[in-house]
Amino acid sequence: MQGDARRDTGLAVILGAVLILGLPLIADTNMLTLLVVYGMLALSLGLIWGFGGILCFGQAAFFGLGAYTFAIAGINIGESTLPLILAVLVPAAAAALLGAFMFYGRLGDVYLAVITLVFSLILFRWLSTTAGPAYVIGNARLGGYNGIPGFPLLNVPGYPRWELWGDPLYYVAAAALLIVFLLVSWLLRSSFGRIAIGIRENEERVSLLGYDIRARKTVLFAIGAGIAGLAGALFAAWAEVVTPSLFGLQQSAEIIIWCIVGGLGTRFGPVLGAAVLTWVKIVLGGQGAIDNMLVMGLILVLFVLFLPRGIAPELARLWGWVTGGTRRPARRRAPRGGTADG
Amino acid sequence: MAETVLETEGLTMRFGGVVAVDGVSLKVRARELRCLIGPNGAGKSTCFKCLCGLLKPTEGRVFLRGEETTGWDPHRIAALGVGIKMQVSSVMDGLSVQENIWMAARRHMDARAATDKAGEVIDRLALGAIARADLGRLAHGERQRVELGLVLAQDPWLVLLDEPAAGMTAEEVARMGDIIREMTRTAAVVVVEHDMQFIRSLASTVTVFHRGRVLVEDHVDRVMADPVVRDVYLGKGA
Ligand SMILES: Nc1ncnc2c1ncn2[C@@H]1O[C@H](COP(=O)(O)OP(=O)(O)O)[C@@H](O)[C@H]1O
Ligand SMILES: [Mg+2]
Repeated sequence: MQGDARRDTGLAVILGAVLILGLPLIADTNMLTLLVVYGMLALSLGLIWGFGGILCFGQAAFFGLGAYTFAIAGINIGESTLPLILAVLVPAAAAALLGAFMFYGRLGDVYLAVITLVFSLILFRWLSTTAGPAYVIGNARLGGYNGIPGFPLLNVPGYPRWELWGDPLYYVAAAALLIVFLLVSWLLRSSFGRIAIGIRENEERVSLLGYDIRARKTVLFAIGAGIAGLAGALFAAWAEVVTPSLFGLQQSAEIIIWCIVGGLGTRFGPVLGAAVLTWVKIVLGGQGAIDNMLVMGLILVLFVLFLPRGIAPELARLWGWVTGGTRRPARRRAPRGGTADG
Repeated sequence: MAETVLETEGLTMRFGGVVAVDGVSLKVRARELRCLIGPNGAGKSTCFKCLCGLLKPTEGRVFLRGEETTGWDPHRIAALGVGIKMQVSSVMDGLSVQENIWMAARRHMDARAATDKAGEVIDRLALGAIARADLGRLAHGERQRVELGLVLAQDPWLVLLDEPAAGMTAEEVARMGDIIREMTRTAAVVVVEHDMQFIRSLASTVTVFHRGRVLVEDHVDRVMADPVVRDVYLGKGA
């Protein structure tokens, strides 16, 4: 078991380092930063949905909360370290409250999906109406539909003048993604993670073993929101502006599509799905003629029909075939047929 | 006499107009083996669910080791040290036998001890050959055995089993009987059962349910000889 874990960590670090250092040779770091940020956002949903069985239609809400918290706290505080921490804690706290309400209220999966979606749409609508000078938090004007520009960017901790953008921002964001990935892996190996997977498989049975599933789901939901919030802060640092569209329906839908296409029930799949689909979107966006959401929808349908387990499990299988089947065949099943750990 | 570990007082459960359980008062002592029998629809499973918290009784009270647990959530009741197996087989399908049993043990010991415990239970139930297999791929009898493993791994002092022998082969039933008798060394075991052969082989005190009420309660041999029981229960082709 421990040998497995060490090998898994080693593999992730090596593969991650190769990708982090190698990708800038073939692609623009400005775009890569966005792929990394979205990869982290997808990982947050992949964790709670793929391993915890919590289908959240409003993961964008926590992404947006992270971005806005970073911007607002940055304007009020200046130095970016505390804003970055708050960008994790505020969404996590919001999710803990929302999650406690949903899980202790024993809402079914469908209601959960609807409530999380409505939560993000309410934030979207409300922030869109905050144009006037009356809507301020400290020194930060919320700015309505145009959002908040001109907040302090990410800086080297303790040195507000050393702002990180361009290549350094990419390396910081990518390293953060790798660290979050390793933390998620560790979490999933821990007792908490293994029991969370049990809850995904059979909630009632796990509660009959004496575990309080409501508390556990609430905690997992909050952890996912914290990761989404960190991704939001990095997004804000990259985009240099935050707008209500972060909370939009399109954003929420895309996160779900990334997870399905990449491979639900795997750690690497959602990251890969987000990166590939965002790249496709950017390339198509350059063409200008095609509606993005239509293409995303089409890709989703094709995957559901022909590759329902997503990319990552197929890659794992290919890898096993290439290395002569030394790898154990995919064992774990995700909620709806996904599998393997990539 | 051993202490009472499970007691109900006038337990009643109504579904709309249907009175599924009607004023049932039970007492089960430490390390006792007790069978609840009765024709289909007699209210056994409903009573069972009231005991383990899956249903909140309309009236009446439940006590476990003297503590009132009426209306408690299932996880709190299980966490007291109550091992539960429902009538409908219920396991973590996507996880392996080992992982299932580990999870049951982990609640009351640390991760490493739980791994040892799971190994122990797997040996005891002769599940070694399928320890790495996913539950979803196992045959019915094997799944039932794993469910028993979940209960064993909890080290319970009270075990509640709803129709543990349903759908098993004669050989599997015999083995199940041995395991249940072995459990009574450390726990009181309440078995809801339908299979008369199995109940006879367990040779325990039997509580007969009929239309939500307790009809008689006595040793299995005397119950079988009771003309009233024969009439309501055996008469209906059990
Ligand atoms: N959830 C429910 N809603 C309505 N009626 C129920 C429900 N569960 C059980 N019943 C009724 O309660 C009675 C007892 O059922 P049950 O406890 O399953 O009997 P047994 O386990 O002895 O076969 C039956 O008439 C059944 O139809
Ligand atoms: Mg029944």
